[in-house]
Amino acid sequence: MTLDDILAGLFPNGSKIEVIGAMIAGKATMADGKPIHVLGIIQGQNLGVDEAIVLAGHVIEIIGSHDRAPILVLVDSASQRMSRRDELLGLNEYLSHLAKSLLLAEAEGHRTVGLLYGGSAAGAFIATALAAGTLVALPGAHPAVMDLPSMARVTKLPIEVLKAKAEATPVFAPGLDNMVRTGGIQIIWDETAPLAPQLAAVLERPAGRDDRDRLGAERGGRRKAVDIADRVVAMATSSSRELRHG
Amino acid sequence: MTAATANNVSLSWYEASARQRIDALVDAGSFSEFIGPELRETSPHLSIFDLPEQFDDGIVIGCGRVNGSSVLVAAQEGRFMGGAFGEVHGAKLTGLLRAACTLKQNVLILFDTGGVRLQEANAGELAIAEIMRAIVAARRAGISVIGLIGGRAGCYGGGSLIAGTCSRLIVSEQGRISVSGPEVIETNRGIEEFDSRDRALVWRTMGGKHRYLIGGADMFVDDEASAFRLAAIDALEFRRRWDLAVLKAEQKRLERRLQRFGDAEDAVDIWQVLGLNEPTNIPALPTDVFLRAAGNRENADDAR
Repeated sequence: MTLDDILAGLFPNGSKIEVIGAMIAGKATMADGKPIHVLGIIQGQNLGVDEAIVLAGHVIEIIGSHDRAPILVLVDSASQRMSRRDELLGLNEYLSHLAKSLLLAEAEGHRTVGLLYGGSAAGAFIATALAAGTLVALPGAHPAVMDLPSMARVTKLPIEVLKAKAEATPVFAPGLDNMVRTGGIQIIWDETAPLAPQLAAVLERPAGRDDRDRLGAERGGRRKAVDIADRVVAMATSSSRELRHG
Repeated sequence: MTAATANNVSLSWYEASARQRIDALVDAGSFSEFIGPELRETSPHLSIFDLPEQFDDGIVIGCGRVNGSSVLVAAQEGRFMGGAFGEVHGAKLTGLLRAACTLKQNVLILFDTGGVRLQEANAGELAIAEIMRAIVAARRAGISVIGLIGGRAGCYGGGSLIAGTCSRLIVSEQGRISVSGPEVIETNRGIEEFDSRDRALVWRTMGGKHRYLIGGADMFVDDEASAFRLAAIDALEFRRRWDLAVLKAEQKRLERRLQRFGDAEDAVDIWQVLGLNEPTNIPALPTDVFLRAAGNRENADDAR
């Protein structure tokens, strides 16, 4: 689906969304008449310091408006911009800043929904889609940490071997289904059905808890993470209690 | 008492193991580990690649005291899989941060990481996102999460994004912070963009001195475990609830950085703009001289 198709499908009542280079920003009206903020990185572009600061600025403005309207983050990006200039300027701070702005927006009462409709990888994926309270995707989306050819280079394994291993586990290879099975993506939308009700359904779910590790365990893609994290919390709590009483 | 457990014995942070760093950082004998190596919670994924496992999956977590006050501590072991985040490794840190929220205890994260562990890339990537979310929740509850960076593997990839989420960062000259590593930039963009074998270029672009000078880190220390400990004690005394005002201040700070230095070609150009004397000489300065020279640096003033 193209961005225009998606926006038309989501907001039949209309939207006012501006394209600024590799980014979009604006507002739309949902099927129930309520407003929603729309932001995004589009056209498979890189997310660097210049883009991250603009997007974060929009989020901060939204938080400052105190309207508590949901924020939809559309994502079709490449990875973070891999350049000397971006790293010289401290790209990690810019990407973290963008992620933090989305996390704060959620904590301040804005539902945040990521919609992955194209690619996204590595730092760009973490700073946008994975910083949303709920992440959904459209069929054909293709998230990755690293593509298989690069992974073959780093792991020094032939790509055929990697492909064979990828059949056995969802834990390392790029792809939408693997990200669903490991719990990172809540649901893949049905592109043959109207999109607006699917967005409404996401917004009806209660927000707040990070249940991605639990989902990953239920779906069999990430069996250990939730158990380990829960046990650490239990051990830390009981050890703190012992110290207080002992 | 072994050398590593005495806080007053010289120990290079860069050379030390994760366990040595913790021993040198906390009050002697105060550390107790959660999910230690005796439980053998290894990565379930490395055997697919015929790679060796480690019983702690390359991260040590637990609680201890620093100068008498209770803290939670996590230390990555850069010598195992480059300190990279896998499923178990990441979940241990996520759990520790969630516990911090419940217990209202400050957290020290001793970074030493190349980023996400590619053999379990999806799990590692999600762990980074979960950790960042847990840090934000803890900081909103008024808890300090302090990053210490000066290990062999540096603080790269997803690790650098976690660092950018911390309330304060302590670095040594060896503490490289960067999203894309030198080799990754060179592989993707060519040697003209970044020559990864040019060590001087790597240090001045990503190293602790440059990060400190542009406000990417808050405290600069010698490559000494005792110096990291003193800085941690100092950092733990500071408390500030993270909110919209802090986020706005960070936006301003990062916008200003782009305005001031956005056209710079090299770190030396930035140091020139900062008005440092003999900017080309910065990498050679010992810590005390460097700190005096750094008076005009961009101070983050805890806007992070």
